[in-house]
Amino acid sequence: MESFSAILTEALGLILAWDPDVIEIIVLSLRVTLSAVAAACLIGFPLGAVIGAFRFPLRTGVIVAMNTMMGLPPVVVGLLVYLMLSAAGPLGVLGLLYTPTAMVVAQTILVTPIVAALTRQVIEDLYNEYSEQFTSLGVGPFDRVRALLWDARYSLLTVALAGFGRAVAEVGAVIIVGGNINHVTRVMTTTIALETSKGNLQLALALGMILLTIAVIVNGLLMAIRGTAARAAYV
Amino acid sequence: MSEAVVNISERKRGPAARAGSATSAPLLKARGLCFDAGGHRLIDGIDLDIHPGRCTVIMGANGSGKSLLLRLLHGLLTPTAGEVLWQGQPLDATARQQQAMVFQRPVMLRRSVAANLRFALSVRGVRGSERKTREAETIALARLDALKDKPARVLSGGEQQRLAVARAMICTPRMLFLDEPTASLDPASTQAIEHMVQDARESGTTIIVVTHDAGQARRLGDDLIFLHGGRVAETGPVAEVLDHPSSEAAQAWLGGRLLVPSKP
Repeated sequence: MESFSAILTEALGLILAWDPDVIEIIVLSLRVTLSAVAAACLIGFPLGAVIGAFRFPLRTGVIVAMNTMMGLPPVVVGLLVYLMLSAAGPLGVLGLLYTPTAMVVAQTILVTPIVAALTRQVIEDLYNEYSEQFTSLGVGPFDRVRALLWDARYSLLTVALAGFGRAVAEVGAVIIVGGNINHVTRVMTTTIALETSKGNLQLALALGMILLTIAVIVNGLLMAIRGTAARAAYV
Repeated sequence: MSEAVVNISERKRGPAARAGSATSAPLLKARGLCFDAGGHRLIDGIDLDIHPGRCTVIMGANGSGKSLLLRLLHGLLTPTAGEVLWQGQPLDATARQQQAMVFQRPVMLRRSVAANLRFALSVRGVRGSERKTREAETIALARLDALKDKPARVLSGGEQQRLAVARAMICTPRMLFLDEPTASLDPASTQAIEHMVQDARESGTTIIVVTHDAGQARRLGDDLIFLHGGRVAETGPVAEVLDHPSSEAAQAWLGGRLLVPSKP
């Protein structure tokens, strides 16, 4: 086995060489992850806002269930999506198994509870501050949710980031529903798992470094945005 | 237990009486208003009539139920017993659209000054050119022109309260509730807020204001309700109550003595 420094040097070489295969894997990873996070935000933001801003029967039960689902095991989600999309499954006719779309579906299921649960907390805190003013102004339910989501926009960026972190690092579900097919469904995490098992540590390490770099860049951008928002007292 | 009905426009005085009339039907009535919390009766059988165009001041020691009464009258809280009537009908969300309230600690949306005003208009369905016109007029009235694009939450306390009053007034409510609107503000900010309240008053808005400041009560009010232990201890024209309080509670409080409610 090569020394760590030799592997690291080769990994850096792969990155600097801008290898087309590596680029393809990165692009697909980001496409799948960002699509899943966008879908999860579209579902989770309004869902969390409604639960945060309104009182209804069984609300506590819904919150407990949602918080529990934040810890959904990815392989279980992968298995369920696999069963749904497989030829014998109810959605098999769609032919989505082993496609990036199936990976997006699995990741959306994993990320939505995280986005919804964190959104609920953010919105509930904000609603406690706004509720009397809203009642006084006569703000209706739809406007109430819309206003809360808008005013919590910078906090919700952090929520979306938490979802992104979960999705981009996920391997269990996407490998089951995507199949890790080269040039089709191979993403960074599944490639790292595969190449490590094959002993091709250079590529695995190169992708690992890129994954970390992406996380740092996203976090840095978010910090900058939140800093600007904090100066305007918007958070 | 219910106090005698407090008809707060029955004894008018001087120029302040110009806007209201004892003969007009009450705009807002409270009958047998009670509110309990934590096993205690915090508001105890309050009856009152508020006539259009009047400015009513509510005073009393801390814990006497002033802010609570304001919230009950505005419908933010549901009374344990009794009722609030708006033009003779039970107060509901539709009636509340003719009212507005300014809180002691202004609630600023996380938006610009102008966007805070636009929000209130959009909630009431005011759109297009009318919205722009009203927004511009209100910003000018509140002297917030130079601040209109600033985030509302970075304004000073006085500026935020001016914006809160402006936001409350932009939908031209018939009744304005003010809960200690100038508490902790400097004299210049207090003066600016009082000017806005007087402008509202002159345009016919009925006002109910909670304050600890006897000077402010004299400057703004027609009538005064003095609360003690969740009950109306005394009521009448502002100057009369302040200069010649008849109740023991008002005499003690205005005389600077500590007013501790008797235990039930």
